[in-house]
Amino acid sequence: MSENILSVEDLTVSFDGFRAVDSLNFYVEKDELRCVIGPNGAGKTTLLDMICGKTRPTGGSIRFKRFDLTDMLEYQITRVGVGRKFQNPSVYEDLTVFENLEISYPKRRGLMGSLFFKRDADLLAKIDEVSERIFLHEVLRHKAGQLSHGQKQWLEIGMLLMQDPELLLLDEPVAGMSAKEREQTASLLNAISKGRSIVVIEHDMAFVRMIAHKVTVLHQGRMLAEGTMDQVQADERVKDVYLGH
Amino acid sequence: MAAAIAPVSRGFLQRYAIVILAVVLLAVLPLSLDIFRLGLAAKYLSLAFCAVGIVLIWGYGGILSLGQGVFFGLGSYMMAMFLKLESTGADTSAQALSSFFGSNLPDFMVWNSVEQLPWWWEPFHHVWFTIPAILILPPVVAFVLSYLNFRRRIGDVYFSIITLAFSAILAIVIIGQQGVTGGVNGITDFRTFMGINLDPDNVKIAMYYITCVLLLVCVLIGTFILRSRLGKVLVAIRDREDRVRFSGYDPALFKAFIFAVAALFSSIGGAMFTLQVGLASPSLVGITPSIEMVIYAAVGGRLSLVGAVYGAMLVGAAKTFFSENFVEFWLYLIGGLFIVIVMFLPHGLAGLLDKLPGAKRHRLAALPGPEPDAAGQAAGERPAARLAGEVGGGK
Amino acid sequence: MTFDVLAMQAFTGLSIFTILMLMALGLAIVFGLMGVINMAHGELMAMGAYCSYGAARFFENFAPSMMDYYVFVGILLAFVVTSAFGFLLERGLIRFLYKRPLDTLLATWGLSLVLQQVYRQFISSKEVEVPTVSWLQGAWQPTDGIALPLSRIFIVVLAIVTAAAVYWLLFRTRWGLRIRAVTQNRAMAGAAGINTARVDAYTFALGCGLAGIAGSSFTMLASTGPTTGQHYIVDTFIVVVFGGVESLLGTISSAFIIGQMQSWFEFELSGSMARASILLLVIVVLFFRPNGLFATKVRR
Repeated sequence: MSENILSVEDLTVSFDGFRAVDSLNFYVEKDELRCVIGPNGAGKTTLLDMICGKTRPTGGSIRFKRFDLTDMLEYQITRVGVGRKFQNPSVYEDLTVFENLEISYPKRRGLMGSLFFKRDADLLAKIDEVSERIFLHEVLRHKAGQLSHGQKQWLEIGMLLMQDPELLLLDEPVAGMSAKEREQTASLLNAISKGRSIVVIEHDMAFVRMIAHKVTVLHQGRMLAEGTMDQVQADERVKDVYLGH
Repeated sequence: MAAAIAPVSRGFLQRYAIVILAVVLLAVLPLSLDIFRLGLAAKYLSLAFCAVGIVLIWGYGGILSLGQGVFFGLGSYMMAMFLKLESTGADTSAQALSSFFGSNLPDFMVWNSVEQLPWWWEPFHHVWFTIPAILILPPVVAFVLSYLNFRRRIGDVYFSIITLAFSAILAIVIIGQQGVTGGVNGITDFRTFMGINLDPDNVKIAMYYITCVLLLVCVLIGTFILRSRLGKVLVAIRDREDRVRFSGYDPALFKAFIFAVAALFSSIGGAMFTLQVGLASPSLVGITPSIEMVIYAAVGGRLSLVGAVYGAMLVGAAKTFFSENFVEFWLYLIGGLFIVIVMFLPHGLAGLLDKLPGAKRHRLAALPGPEPDAAGQAAGERPAARLAGEVGGGK
Repeated sequence: MTFDVLAMQAFTGLSIFTILMLMALGLAIVFGLMGVINMAHGELMAMGAYCSYGAARFFENFAPSMMDYYVFVGILLAFVVTSAFGFLLERGLIRFLYKRPLDTLLATWGLSLVLQQVYRQFISSKEVEVPTVSWLQGAWQPTDGIALPLSRIFIVVLAIVTAAAVYWLLFRTRWGLRIRAVTQNRAMAGAAGINTARVDAYTFALGCGLAGIAGSSFTMLASTGPTTGQHYIVDTFIVVVFGGVESLLGTISSAFIIGQMQSWFEFELSGSMARASILLLVIVVLFFRPNGLFATKVRR
């Protein structure tokens, strides 16, 4: 039995009485690439928001390795090794691609540390490697605001790679990408999933099929089904939810 | 003015901006101004410390502080308390007055029948307390107060209003507690600083040079901060604070730090003001002067540390000129300045320089604009097609 | 403390409350609903006060027999003039700055300085006073120990009527529905066929008009000068922020609390120290409730 890197138990959050996530249990194993699917309003993004500290849960617990994330702040959660990519690519548009990656470098993030930070060979090598991986090596000096939508998605993934997180949370990483870009992204995710765990929210089933080890289906804040892509697609309840009544 | 410097390469002006500023402050002004005008310049330069700080917090941190007068005032009043106590000790007529009342008290306290020096005045007998206090107290106050607020994720606008309220509070308290603060008249009538008579011309010129050097040091410190990783993080926070948290930084800490740096600059400016103008007054503490300091930075260009110094001098000089000649036009001018700068010149004079022919993208890449639509583009429209051109220098 | 003192204190609190509420209602619309930081709001109040003053002078000179009723003309005139000014201001300046709230703050501060100088140069550099009409002179004395000035009672009534009218306008009319639709979701409102630019202009004008009403009523209590507006502006903002910018009811409640505090603090401390303490207290409360005292928790 391999160990769980992330254990979400009995997680609940309500907004004005509406339970967006309702007593959810969710486990991710080490080195696993998990896809979370479900119709709109199923609570997928809210789940990621709670794991990375953006939203405070109303009840339940979130454990990552030996840390209890429930009461930690966003930056503290990031520092223990959780990386988050948002639904709308969120990069620093006024900084260059290089600077975007540099800022994400996980060393010396304190006040004095960043005041007296010097670029070293390690950093440059790392930026080289990451920018190569995310297909942006040619545009390192461009401002991030000038990138295409798909390139911004890659850049944000690259920023996460700079942080070297053990758990990556990706919210719709291929939205707005062409078919070719999607394939590139799929191979990118397959490559970076070695040695770390990844949770991906995605609507594109073809893409999910390309990458997922295991799929979790959420519906109205609860877990509906979990298993391999084939198992999940064969599940009657899942068909009901997606086809509607 | 723009036309006169147009032939010079813009890159040259920018690369050597601090050197040019040093030449202007240390050579051009002292050689071309008489002692009276030099004193006025010293006054504006004291206020320029605040403007430099405002560029850091507002231009780069995205925090509009309407409370720099508070820190200017703290520096100014602490220096004034020291000078007043020294003058009270040395001055014979004051001594005579004090001994008549059986104590050694500043004149305004005697007039307000305060019988004992308040305890918080006591340490300001000593210069070795006063100067560290000027350098430490305001930044610490600024850091603690703003860190608490930023930690609670108080919005930009709320923070501006809170700083405004602090300006109002300090001015109200100073005016209300006349007996221990000098009230609306402020604290004035100093003679010496550590035994040095402040009146002679050569002392005034020396003070002017000290002010200039301190100001240049502040500009250099600001430049160093902005060029460091901290400066980049600051810009990132200004544009996307939520994202910075997920890059593993604590934005509250960075914002509070830069706010404290600005408070330090303002406090130094306040102390130099009091030394040279011979006055600490609530009229430089309240909301009106605090907001006016923002226009110094805005005129120079909210992203230009050097510009802030020119902005403070220009607005200060204009204020003096109009007060001497057409006093009724001053408010029209400064009021109109606020509107025109915001509407048409969001990057101030530095922004005008950027528009000169031969402008490289160098600086824009390193020092990004405040808002996407401020640069005159239609909001939200940043076509990816622009990708092809414009490769910024970056490093 | 006797019953009389208690009753007088309560009335003073009520009076300050209604004054604060009048001041803050306009700003609650302009700042709370629209998100515009109008630093010239105080000068708009002064403009309203000058309208009242103008009406008084006009009646004095041309219709002394009608002098008793100039107050109503003054209030109406104040509303019309300041809301018209507000309309022009929105079209000419504010609308270009909707996405830059801090820049709006600076530009409107500039405007406030210009207006001050206009008042100084074209009206009077000294403070002006309006005559108190005969039916508002004196005080109502329910018992020997209690005297409630009629002019203050008038303002209490005026404030309540104004607040009720604003409430009715926002929540019971089509215009109010449009205003709320635009402020809540501009894009959707636009898609639903609402002319959002026009709604913005009218909403802003309404907020400014309310400032005018506030000004024209204060001038009955205190004289008006070129810098009068500046004295009000910080307190007005504090009332709105303290209540939570998104709720009109919050603004009214916060005006009530601050009014009561002020009345009691002034009883114990000097006026200026009372003001400073209240500002400080509000800042402390804001620290614990960053979105204001009465803000509801919203999903973000």
